Amino acid sequence: MNSRTAGHTDSPLDRPSTTIRVESVSKTFDTAAVLHDLSLDVRAGELIGLLGPSGSGKTTLLRIIAGLDAPDRGRILFGDDDATGLAVQERAVGFVFQHYALFKHMSVADNIAYGLNARRRADRPAKAEIKRRVGDLLDLIRLSGFGDRYPSQLSGGQRQRVALARALAVEPRVLLLDEPFGALDAQVRKDLRRWLREIHDRTGQTTIFVTHDQDEALELSDRVAVLDRGRLEQVGTPDEVQEHPASATVMKFLGDSVEVEAIAEGGRVLVRGRETPVVAPAGIIGPVKLYVRPWQLQLAEAESAHLSGTVRSSYRTQGRQRIEVVDAEGRVLAVEDFDGVRHPAGHPVGLRINGGHVFG
Amino acid sequence: MSEIFSPISVPAAKPAQAASEGAATRGVLIGISVTFLALFLVLPLFAVFTQAFSKGIGAFLDAFREPDAWSAIRLTLTVAVIAVPFNVVFGLAASWAIAKFEFPGKALLITLIDLPFSVSPVVSGMIYVLLFGSQGLFGSWLIDHGIQILFALPGIVLATVFVTFPFVARELIPLMQEQGTAEEEAALTLGASGLHVFRTVTLPNIRWGLLYSVLLCNARAMGEFGAVSVVSGHIRGLTNTIPLHVEILYNEYNFVASFAVASLLAVLALITLVLKSFLEWRFAGELAHGRAH
Repeated sequence: MNSRTAGHTDSPLDRPSTTIRVESVSKTFDTAAVLHDLSLDVRAGELIGLLGPSGSGKTTLLRIIAGLDAPDRGRILFGDDDATGLAVQERAVGFVFQHYALFKHMSVADNIAYGLNARRRADRPAKAEIKRRVGDLLDLIRLSGFGDRYPSQLSGGQRQRVALARALAVEPRVLLLDEPFGALDAQVRKDLRRWLREIHDRTGQTTIFVTHDQDEALELSDRVAVLDRGRLEQVGTPDEVQEHPASATVMKFLGDSVEVEAIAEGGRVLVRGRETPVVAPAGIIGPVKLYVRPWQLQLAEAESAHLSGTVRSSYRTQGRQRIEVVDAEGRVLAVEDFDGVRHPAGHPVGLRINGGHVFG
Repeated sequence: MSEIFSPISVPAAKPAQAASEGAATRGVLIGISVTFLALFLVLPLFAVFTQAFSKGIGAFLDAFREPDAWSAIRLTLTVAVIAVPFNVVFGLAASWAIAKFEFPGKALLITLIDLPFSVSPVVSGMIYVLLFGSQGLFGSWLIDHGIQILFALPGIVLATVFVTFPFVARELIPLMQEQGTAEEEAALTLGASGLHVFRTVTLPNIRWGLLYSVLLCNARAMGEFGAVSVVSGHIRGLTNTIPLHVEILYNEYNFVASFAVASLLAVLALITLVLKSFLEWRFAGELAHGRAH
């Protein structure tokens, strides 16, 4: 694998980036199918988030790309090279584990230098060069002066940064992160997210990260790949998947939504005989399910309302008012409206549907 | 790490309300334990040394001027030097396989590793007599080829290996299972070869557990009586280990010499105990057994 050394230049940030193609990959553990004939193209230099609930197969897919697991069927291509048969060591991937997997008995500097020291003598950089590169990476992760510490002396966020530096040290062709912020608390998570985005913008390295957190995926990714039960539901930019979800699964997974019984008729969608602004996909006729986001519901007078119920609770958060309405069947409808009016519990209200999605 | 797994982590405030009725129970329980320990462990240990020195230091030292005593010590050391490394290799291989891989028959392998603990040492010795004795399965073949296993070093080593092989595996399996494979996988993604990963990641993570188990394995290897007694043949100066030598001296009413040599085993036990306690105290977080204390 000469691309690992060929790409080396003076800056630790200057790395070759490559496309990754996942071709019809299937994987079964024991008897449970984890991935079904899944294909995905990752562009060079892209930051892509694999988003899905637990058990969707996203981590398995990442491990198959890394070579830590082998697919039952299908191929993995790095650029034009078929990597399917390559051992994990030969793939030149950087892998960041959810629980860091730092080497407990080694200092931070030794952790970062591990991949370089593990090389065969002929490929191994000189001691001074390794030291210089470790120093550069410590600067990059803002932990200069922490080289002599041990992982047990670091906070969770610091450990994850060391894990990232350790992965970057070997100049991988692709960076893979498995729930990189999953074990951290909310504030640290936000900071690290922003910081990872910054580093990616500077390095331009093809990066795939796995998450079950919609906000994280939508905030961080160039494109999001939504997985569900081993199948790829949709790939697109954060805007695309939010504005045009490809399926009810994607719709439901990307945020709160209300399911409303509706009738599709000549491209129009009617709720209780009243027209909505929603457009039904061509060829869909008859009873359908309409999925509506909280901000697509609005409090309204009875004569223009599609739905009705009574207020259960209402609260404000970050400049938005959220009202929970219980309808006649006892379902809770979340509404995000900013009319500035207080809505006492038990108050009867009507709701207008201003948008939503119908799936075939 | 050592802060997290600090061995003494009993919450101080909690037992307060239970203390009044618990005090009597606790006193009785501690009393029973201490009495038993004194009667069955400390007193015999004391007796060993009293007997050994009952005729003075000169008589004690005489026991070690015997060439047979020295040959027994030499044989015991030889057996330990062969059996312990053998079981370290076996224990590492078995625990690595069990902790890091899934394969059919894994549960059976774990059960089999425990076999020597559940089988009487005499039976363990008999197995080798049945296999390698002159009337045994391979007996005639061995005689034809002039290979001596029974009543010689190979037989004693085999019996010792059999009796001691659970020690390393039993300590390392839970330790390696708990540590999981993430660090090894991380090392692999960084380009390290399997052997390099073992040397730089796996081994350092289990080093104290390994040392702990080697210590216990060694103590058992040197002290084993039953299995070795069956296969040794009790040839003085040739196939007697320290425990067998003690027995022979005792049967010959040579009490002072018998207890003098026995005190050697007692000292070995004490050293083992001290080192074991030290490891448990200092590296509790990196041991599988230390965790329970």
